[in-house]
Amino acid sequence: MRKLHIVSAVSTLGLMAGLAHAGGHMASDMTLVSWGGAYQQSQINAYTDPYVAMNSGVTVTWDESSAEAVAKLRAMNEAGNITWDVVDVVAADALRLCDEGLAMEIDANDQLAAAPDGTSAEDDFGDLLVGDCFIPQIVYSTTFGYRTDMVPAGAEAPNDICDVFDLETYPGMRALEKRPINNVEWALLCDGVAKADVYDVLATEEGQEQALAKLDTIKDSVIWWSAGADTPQLLADGEIFMGSTYNGRLFAAIEEQGQPIGMMWDAQVFDLDGWIIPEGLSDERKARALDFVYFATDTQRLADQAKYISYGPARLSSAPLVGQHASLGIDMAPHMPTDPNNAANTFLYNYEFWADYRDDIDAKFQAWLAQ
Amino acid sequence: MLAADGTPLKTSLARALRRQKIRALALIAPLLLFVVITFIIPIATMLFRSVENQIVSNTMPEATLALQNWDESSDQTPEEPLFQALYFDLFKAAEAKEHTKLGTRLNYEQTGTSSLFRTTGRKLDDVGEEWQDPIEDIAPALKDGETWFALMSGRGDNTLLEARRSLWNDMVPDAFNGDVGLTLSDEVAGMLPLTAAAYSDWAIFEALEEGRDIAKRDPWEAVYVGLGLDLRNADTVAAIDSYSGPHAQDLKLLTAQLDQLPDLMFRDAFADLDEDWLDPEVWQTIKIYSPDYTSGYFLNAVDMEIGSDGAQMRPDNQQIYIKLFVRTLWMSLVITASCIVLGYPVAWLLANLPLRSANVLMILVLLPFWTSLLVRTSAWKVLLQQQGVINEILVWLGFVDDANRLILMNNATGTVIAMTHILLPFMILPLYSVMKTIPPTYLRAAKSLGATNWTAFWRVYFPQSVPGIGAGSILVFILAIGYYITPEIVGGTSGVFISNRIAYHISSSLNWGLAAALGSILLAVVLLLYWLYDRIVGIDNVKLGG
Repeated sequence: MRKLHIVSAVSTLGLMAGLAHAGGHMASDMTLVSWGGAYQQSQINAYTDPYVAMNSGVTVTWDESSAEAVAKLRAMNEAGNITWDVVDVVAADALRLCDEGLAMEIDANDQLAAAPDGTSAEDDFGDLLVGDCFIPQIVYSTTFGYRTDMVPAGAEAPNDICDVFDLETYPGMRALEKRPINNVEWALLCDGVAKADVYDVLATEEGQEQALAKLDTIKDSVIWWSAGADTPQLLADGEIFMGSTYNGRLFAAIEEQGQPIGMMWDAQVFDLDGWIIPEGLSDERKARALDFVYFATDTQRLADQAKYISYGPARLSSAPLVGQHASLGIDMAPHMPTDPNNAANTFLYNYEFWADYRDDIDAKFQAWLAQ
Repeated sequence: MLAADGTPLKTSLARALRRQKIRALALIAPLLLFVVITFIIPIATMLFRSVENQIVSNTMPEATLALQNWDESSDQTPEEPLFQALYFDLFKAAEAKEHTKLGTRLNYEQTGTSSLFRTTGRKLDDVGEEWQDPIEDIAPALKDGETWFALMSGRGDNTLLEARRSLWNDMVPDAFNGDVGLTLSDEVAGMLPLTAAAYSDWAIFEALEEGRDIAKRDPWEAVYVGLGLDLRNADTVAAIDSYSGPHAQDLKLLTAQLDQLPDLMFRDAFADLDEDWLDPEVWQTIKIYSPDYTSGYFLNAVDMEIGSDGAQMRPDNQQIYIKLFVRTLWMSLVITASCIVLGYPVAWLLANLPLRSANVLMILVLLPFWTSLLVRTSAWKVLLQQQGVINEILVWLGFVDDANRLILMNNATGTVIAMTHILLPFMILPLYSVMKTIPPTYLRAAKSLGATNWTAFWRVYFPQSVPGIGAGSILVFILAIGYYITPEIVGGTSGVFISNRIAYHISSSLNWGLAAALGSILLAVVLLLYWLYDRIVGIDNVKLGG
């Protein structure tokens, strides 16, 4: 009788502990912010569906506002009412949110999962932990796609970044993003500046003028895009010969829609996308957000996301686990920007440089565009 | 003359009228309040940001004060006292994570400030440890937070603590209200002024922001720096000799070994952290933007900047806003004119066709009006692009050569075409409602008196429809000036408006001050044009119907 008593006491305790974990100190609603489209769908499949399956009673609401996340978070902060729990942003925005005190600082080793082999989260993410608030998720790249059926007869398919600036061999329109970032680096690279010197040159007035002068040589043949979907659409309509966009968009156009588009990986620019948790959440909501992020950025979850979209997982330990596309059944590894065959010549977005020079060079870039 | 109740009629009438006015005001009060609270106040506060600039003096109060003594035209790096003030200001700001906000703000004016503040904030602790380590070696009791609490507490009226609290509250609005749990000893505060100030800063932050018991916590590095600096002062050393309060022996240990303390200069320390601190240009920027209100954003909004000798134009390769303002006004005029040309006949048809066919036509006008703006703009993309419907048809008909297709979008043409279509209903509807009221008999009368069709229209019908044109033009023009989605999608680079830059500064660059300045100018231009319109055409001459 006494023994039974103990057993039931232990099981009651266990039950209570389980309950406490499931909802005792954590909010049951969570608003996630992302980019919409195929990318958000991949996050639903790889992160939130399994998370909700494990934590019944949690409801997830999505908001597709990542493009304006920084401005909106600032406005929410000023109004004193933060309605978002976990926000998906690019690393540059995470850095700015951190600078503005709008994002919570994260201690990777303490608050993120270690790799299955015991490697600490900090080592597993490595250099990708940009700033103090950013929780990396994927590596994506901005690179070029071109119409395979519009390559001039007798010419090779473009495979060098400077082919973008070569209107003689490859006539036709190009699409470039309507901002200086990436474009000025490519311009300098094709104007004889060594890769290692690009940012030193760009830090000078002359270097900025040099980059704009190089872009000037193709200005009349450029359509400037501001949404990532523009370039794939322009390529599909035959409006342009080649254009820059995010590699996942090109993957979708090529593999999922079967468009006659080829990838040109040369001088692709790596960038990072990941989560931040806004500053100023209540304790319950913060606990829920941290619990979700711990789960959603572990090694397996990051590898799972690559089944749905061709962006590389941000953890070293996830790379070997990347498998096949969930519906197309093709191997995803060769489509990752980080695959050795694609990554022969790459850039990593220079966060520190652009945090300083963004406003200055953008003003000159926009003035140049308006001329 | 007296009213029935014996009061003078004039007073009685005035009272009745006043009562009526109050009743009328009470009836519209909900609407008035709604408009004021949800429209006028937010817009006013947003526009006010165009001159607001307290962030510099709130984040670096002591350095701003010290800067007043520095001559910005001297091309000399400021002296030690300024760097010392900078250290204490930045230390606090870095703990409260406010320094990066200031860096971002100043980076709009001086490229590189953003990372200057960020990296300096990260490494500022190292400077303090240069003092903390030797002080703790000499007087080990000062390692302990309880020692510090006993040393600093005593009898006093906490004037210093309250002064420090109000500085904190300037930096982070109203975040530091409540009981700190410390009564600063006036004797110690007089003897160790810098230490007491730094300790108060720490105590306020530790108790109210972190919510910890200051009696048990170790103070931050800046307090040791304050003590080290106080000990350089001969008066302090003398005061310590005669001091007999708590932990007097620890302070005396320090005064006995003054040579063990570092002779570090802040100027050198900051130069070590980042050599940009020695750049007079950085300090010029800080000084120019240290007043609480600035004209900087407005100058920037008209392509000017504050240079070494007053306001001056920006270099040619950075001028853009005036060009965009002019373009916005000019293209809005073109769009308004094309709306009149296209809308007038349609409105005339609507007003004069039999009811049944007029209704069908009306639905055709309203249907696009009810369709999402984005959908309509995207539809124009499909029509206008080089491989689009219009070009395909023209090539097929042989009007246009396949190799030289018309460029109808990603330029000003695209913006004009798409926006004319989108804004057309705003022209047609007021025109229609005015034309509906023009009796057809007038035209018939004119013709029966011998007027030709043209004369009858131009001399009789048209003048009566002018109020509709006026109303439609004001609507279309003012809406057009503020458009940014359509120009963004079909405008390319030569068809974008000033609103696109405002949107960029609101959502991307986060330079809300500049966005507010651009918005204020746009608002002022619209009001000015409205005033001109009133002077030239007369606002009574505008009708939306009846």
